[in-house]
Amino acid sequence: MDKHSAPSTNIMRSPLGRARGLGAAKSGLHHWWGQRLTAIALLPLSLYFVVSVLILSGADRAQMAAYLGEPWNAVLFLCLIVALFYHLALGVQVVIEDYVNNEAQRMAGIMAVKAACWFCGLACAVSVLKLAL
Amino acid sequence: MKDVREALFAGRNTAGKLVRRPISPFMLGSAYKPQMSSMTSIMHRITGCALGLGTLLLTLWLVCAATGDGAFSIVQAFLASWIGILILIGFTAAMFYHFCNGIRHLAWDAGWGFALPVMHRSGWTVVAATAVLTVGFWVIAFLVW
Repeated sequence: MDKHSAPSTNIMRSPLGRARGLGAAKSGLHHWWGQRLTAIALLPLSLYFVVSVLILSGADRAQMAAYLGEPWNAVLFLCLIVALFYHLALGVQVVIEDYVNNEAQRMAGIMAVKAACWFCGLACAVSVLKLAL
Repeated sequence: MKDVREALFAGRNTAGKLVRRPISPFMLGSAYKPQMSSMTSIMHRITGCALGLGTLLLTLWLVCAATGDGAFSIVQAFLASWIGILILIGFTAAMFYHFCNGIRHLAWDAGWGFALPVMHRSGWTVVAATAVLTVGFWVIAFLVW
């Protein structure tokens, strides 16, 4: 929207024509659900992560590998990584959609964030698997 | 007029003058009084973005651990330095805030806690719980270290 032009309602459109297409977006429910479900999953997983970090504070690499070598620890770390990066990508997407007005910048920003989340998420998952296996 | 939506953003003020309607983030300024609802909401976003940067540290930590003893000892030494601990304190505070306020958001999604007194109480509870959890975490961390 152009901030500098004087406000005006003088358009050749009926009120119905103006309102049409400005309702619900018709999609986005999976985004909303994904955000909530990963949030619920992250409640126990982040507490597990906090405990893990306390256990691993000051650990050397062998202790870290031994910890992640336990199958349940490796699985819980992988669950954490998937839920965390999915939640992060969805959350930052909403922030970008809300504050970036320029459409090209908005699209580029969302794609960059999603690419970074995939990249870091895969790097974390591969690292956990390498330590665990 | 480029966009039909512009017409929807125009309205009349109490004097009858045609004005552009204010849009949410741009309402911030001298006319805006901070409230529990808006402040906890924006803090949820800020801590969420900060935690996003924190995941880079998590990635670095795990990748270095998978790389080798040398890389891992460097990252562990950095995290144990005073600047590393400062970053981690910020990270844990942001995480506990986002965790507690996230529960509050999930409760709202379930339709609970919208009454203003309840919202104020849950907001202060989040602030207090963040402080208690962050301090508690670091007390335990220095004890087990």
